[in-house]
Amino acid sequence: MSLFLIVALPFLGALLPGLMNQAGRQACAGITFTVSLIAFIGLMTNLPTIMAGGVVQVGVDWLPAMGMNFTLMLDALGFFFATLILGIGLLIIAYARSYLSRDDNMGEFFTYLLLFQGAMVGIVLSDNILLLLVFWELTSLSSFLLIGYWKHLPEGRQGARMALAVTGMGGLAMIAGMLILGQIVGSYDLSVILKNRDLIQASPYYVPALVLILLGCFTKSAQFPFHFWLPHAMAAPTPVSAYLHSATMVKAGIFLMARMWPVLSGTPEWFVLVTSAGLITMVLGAVIALFKHDLKALLAFSTVSHLGLITMLLGTGTAFGALAAVFHILNHATFKAALFMSAGIIDHEAHTRDIRRLGGLRHLMPVTFAIATLAALSMAGIPFLNGFLSKEMMLEEATQTTLFDTWWLVPALATFGSLFSAAYSFRLIGHVFLGPKRDDYPAHPHDPPSGMWLPPAFLVVLVVVIGVAPFLAEPAVKLVTAAVLGGEAEMPYAPIKIWHGLVPALYMSMVAVIGGLVLLALFKPLLRVWDAAPRPEAKVIFDYITDGSVRLAKLLTHPLHNGAFTRYATIATVVIIAVGYHAWATGTMRAQTRVLQEAQPIAIAGWLMLVAATLGLVFMHRNRLLSLILIGIVGLMVSVGFVFFSAPDLAMTQITVEVVTIILLLLALNFLPNRTPIESTILRRMRDGTVAVAGGLATMAMAYHFLLRDAVATPISEYHLANSYKGGGGTNVVNVILVDFRGFDTFGEIIVLGIAALVIYALTESLLGGPVRARLLNRKPDQPRAGDRHPMMMVVLTRVIMPVVLMVGFFIFLRGHNEPGGGFIAGLIVSIAVVMQYMASGFNWATARLRYPYHGIIGSGVLIAGLTGIGSWFVSKPFLTSDFAYVRIPPFQEFELATAALFDLGVFLAVVGAVMLSLESFSRLARRAHVPDTEHAMDVDPSREPTPAEDV
Amino acid sequence: MEFLVASAIGVLTSAGIYLMLRLRTFPVIMGISLLTYAVNVFLFSSGRLVVGAPPILVKGVETYTDPLPQALVLTAIVISFGMTAVVVMIALGAYLGGDDDHVDDPVTEDAP
Repeated sequence: MSLFLIVALPFLGALLPGLMNQAGRQACAGITFTVSLIAFIGLMTNLPTIMAGGVVQVGVDWLPAMGMNFTLMLDALGFFFATLILGIGLLIIAYARSYLSRDDNMGEFFTYLLLFQGAMVGIVLSDNILLLLVFWELTSLSSFLLIGYWKHLPEGRQGARMALAVTGMGGLAMIAGMLILGQIVGSYDLSVILKNRDLIQASPYYVPALVLILLGCFTKSAQFPFHFWLPHAMAAPTPVSAYLHSATMVKAGIFLMARMWPVLSGTPEWFVLVTSAGLITMVLGAVIALFKHDLKALLAFSTVSHLGLITMLLGTGTAFGALAAVFHILNHATFKAALFMSAGIIDHEAHTRDIRRLGGLRHLMPVTFAIATLAALSMAGIPFLNGFLSKEMMLEEATQTTLFDTWWLVPALATFGSLFSAAYSFRLIGHVFLGPKRDDYPAHPHDPPSGMWLPPAFLVVLVVVIGVAPFLAEPAVKLVTAAVLGGEAEMPYAPIKIWHGLVPALYMSMVAVIGGLVLLALFKPLLRVWDAAPRPEAKVIFDYITDGSVRLAKLLTHPLHNGAFTRYATIATVVIIAVGYHAWATGTMRAQTRVLQEAQPIAIAGWLMLVAATLGLVFMHRNRLLSLILIGIVGLMVSVGFVFFSAPDLAMTQITVEVVTIILLLLALNFLPNRTPIESTILRRMRDGTVAVAGGLATMAMAYHFLLRDAVATPISEYHLANSYKGGGGTNVVNVILVDFRGFDTFGEIIVLGIAALVIYALTESLLGGPVRARLLNRKPDQPRAGDRHPMMMVVLTRVIMPVVLMVGFFIFLRGHNEPGGGFIAGLIVSIAVVMQYMASGFNWATARLRYPYHGIIGSGVLIAGLTGIGSWFVSKPFLTSDFAYVRIPPFQEFELATAALFDLGVFLAVVGAVMLSLESFSRLARRAHVPDTEHAMDVDPSREPTPAEDV
Repeated sequence: MEFLVASAIGVLTSAGIYLMLRLRTFPVIMGISLLTYAVNVFLFSSGRLVVGAPPILVKGVETYTDPLPQALVLTAIVISFGMTAVVVMIALGAYLGGDDDHVDDPVTEDAP
């Protein structure tokens, strides 16, 4: 199967469980499992190529100019990780089906899980490092959703936030590191980067790139000092923990270190940074894990510790270290996923994960006991289990590693860490399963249904098989290791086997196991010491740092943004004026090229009216109704101005928009207070006045200078004027620009308009659904209402006039291509005609006669416009290419048919729908409880018996 | 003529800014509407002022005004209606929900 499909399948499949929530839990889990299974099988079809040592590569150009291409590569390393991700993913899905309770939204869970799975597969298959970064960030985001899946738990939300903050910051650092790396090599393709070891390591930017990339890896893989987020992420449902912390999320950092191993490793910087971080993490995680009472916390810290182990192995920079690391990745994934699932089973059945409240479970849960014990023994490093083999190799590698010129440092620490690792593994078995049966479990524990124990059992079978017959896994591990080495180092001759003879590693292993048993025997006194010892709490430090950053951010933003709109509007205005002044004062002004036109008396009269209305608005704005009338005058004068300066289309649009805006504001004023009280001081008004006058003068000066000079370059409108008729088939250039030259713009604009109307509708719905509803219904009008709500004259007039207005609208629409008019204007005119019916005959009357919902009209408009655009694809032209022809159907005159007219129809419908939906939403607020809805449009109807007055 | 248009833009801007800085929602909406006029007229005037030469192609006529700013302003006018409607709705919702039509909402230190 194509690599594209393998990566895309989880993402596409993520849509299904969310949509199928209604179909039931079985269906949700089933479809998720099927999607993963197809991806898994698809991956397996590539197995022969990988086995033959080949590399599968596919790619398409995405942003080639930026070096960002959608290229995927599958080699043995990627194949290994993808198998882990998809394979363990399948087990997790099966397990989660039984684990999640009825209250959990299963569709949501599986959607997140598939998103996460897709992102992980994307990371391991990416060839382009920029693409890899995209997937990398996607894992941070989707794991955030998964960790915080139980939204009602504060720990879940905090844990998710912490994980996102830490891994997100690391991701940012890594972006920088990868960009540097790409700059050094001159390519963002991994396949190229991996061949340029010498170039990269010789570059002066090698160290910054290394540090930044390692920051990303260490945060993701929970390496010291970023290990603290992982235990807090344990608030997630157990299937998530099992998935994220055994096979996927935390292994992403490891994967990247392995992937970059050929070019980044082998230098002293790499060795010191990676090895020491790994060592510290391994020891620290193991020690803390021993003293954790929460089963999942114990496993979390043990994961931290094992990740440290793998990191340390990669840090040594030797081929044998890489071999051991790859082997341990496999082993750790198997036993740790099994252990997490067992912990989930115990939590599920015993209703507690607190080790102190458990014990003696071997009698009650024999199957779980067997699974968990085998997995834990493997973790402890007991022979004939796979954990022993890789731990042995780790100890062997440790004896060969000298850090800070101290030969015993690494072996001693590795043994120490293994000792604690054995101890907590034994504690897990001893304190949970062994011991006497108790009678105070929170619930009655028993073995779970097979759906829950089969997945971990399968993994434990692998644990044993690899442990007993390591030669089965050896070829695969070596193949993957060869991919890690990438030809930079010789593959070591080191057969993976159980008995190596009496080598130092064996003694260290024995020390660890015996020491682990001793530690467990001394657990009680040790715990007292541990509890008494002061130690830093990572969460407190993290909270302290985040609180500090928030405070600092507030310190910077609050003086500017204190929630007072007036304050930042003032600041913004002053800054804009100041910047403009600076540009004007420092720039040079071209000479005047246009002649000042003489002012005609009619223009002066219009100007006077506009200025008078505007000033009147400022001085009388406290009377809100009056200010509405004044702003109407302003709008009218602006329309007249458009007519005067040769813009008939604009004038028609402006005047119709003016009508609907005023109706809208009147509707709003119905609810708002009628007067604006005097609140600001004289001083404040002076200040605002000064700012306003400065802004006005600045704009005026700019407009004036602008108007007296010609454009620097030839305006592109020359092209529009020349081609409007020839290419667009219309003589009204403005309309041709709208529906043809810049049709894409217009298409976007009608979508925006539709969205605005839907926002208004949604806000109205939420208002009417909330506490405001009661207040609205019981609202007492603050002014006496008119006696006749639906004046007969107006009702009759609007109905008579309706067909005429529709005809005018139709006419304006049709002639739009050649004369002033078009979809926008026609839509507004028709809207006004419909609004008139609402106003005259009432909301109910009009609604009862509404045949199509306004949402539908908006939608059909956008759809028609879009389909018109798509239509040009069928004749192999780009989106929205228009065409036109002249046809003649006798006995009519010859007329023009243009696809642009169809597009304009879409515009028309969208405008009608949007305007009507907005106004209708507003008027829905106006209905009141004590005014009964009436079926009758007219209060006075001679054909009807007189009814008692309806109004108060 | 140029001075008339420029000064009209200036007056509209001035009044718009002043009203925008008021404390209640309704005058602020009025102010933003005035600013919309100012901006639209300004954009329109970037095609320079031409009297009696509409951008409708007629045989034999050589001078036309610049059609492009007109097309851009036309959609701007319609969009500004949508935006005004949304702002009005938000203002109305805030007033109905909180019985207060102030635009300022100074943050308190302990706000979550």
